[in-house]
Amino acid sequence: MFGPSHPAPQQPLPVPTQAIPPGTANRLAIVLFSGTVDKLMSASILATGAAAMGMDVEIFLTNWGALAFRKGDYKTNTRVSADYADYHSTLLERMAAKKVTSWMENLEDAREIGNVHIAACSHTMTLFDLQLSDLEPIVDEVIGVAAFMERARDSAMTLFI
Amino acid sequence: MANPVTITREIDARGSHCPGPLMELIRGLKSAQEGEVIAVISTDPGSKTDIPIWVQKAGNELVAVQDLGEGAAKFIVRKHVRK
Repeated sequence: MFGPSHPAPQQPLPVPTQAIPPGTANRLAIVLFSGTVDKLMSASILATGAAAMGMDVEIFLTNWGALAFRKGDYKTNTRVSADYADYHSTLLERMAAKKVTSWMENLEDAREIGNVHIAACSHTMTLFDLQLSDLEPIVDEVIGVAAFMERARDSAMTLFI
Repeated sequence: MANPVTITREIDARGSHCPGPLMELIRGLKSAQEGEVIAVISTDPGSKTDIPIWVQKAGNELVAVQDLGEGAAKFIVRKHVRK
């Protein structure tokens, strides 16, 4: 059904020997794809909870998640998921009225008590002509997807937010 | 009382949202000495589950939880340094 031009299936690449079996490291891995405040807030609270409970945390910033970490951006970011556009003003008003800690402060707190590593996706960085120095200092480095996968593979949990 | 508990520091985290009160407690205990007792007051309902679980996991001791009314609870925790 793919037609004659479709390449024949190849032998799968050899799988390298792994030191740790999948899913056993006491670590939470998060793919942070979203750049809206509601999702950034959720991700930051989950990261803080994991750090409090003694888990390492590995956060991979990709697409809008990476853009949300551009220097100073979090101070003016008032985006909310389009799915909940009708809650946009309600959410922001409540967060202000109840003096909710910002998601960036949550991440700083998580780092203070635990081992939290934050890496930005190299694909997004090149797409938007960004350097590590363009991002908030909380971001540790720029890595490729394979490096993140290696960290996520042996993590006890991986979330996509 | 045979062994009255002396609370050396009380942190008022009323109005702080999850996981704020827990973070306040963790910070407070970090600078405390072995055997020191610290209290944190929280109005976040999540503290009722989070603080006891964290205290046990981190090897500290939950001395008491007092209901202060109006949704507030005081969590009294003794620090134990992991050997």
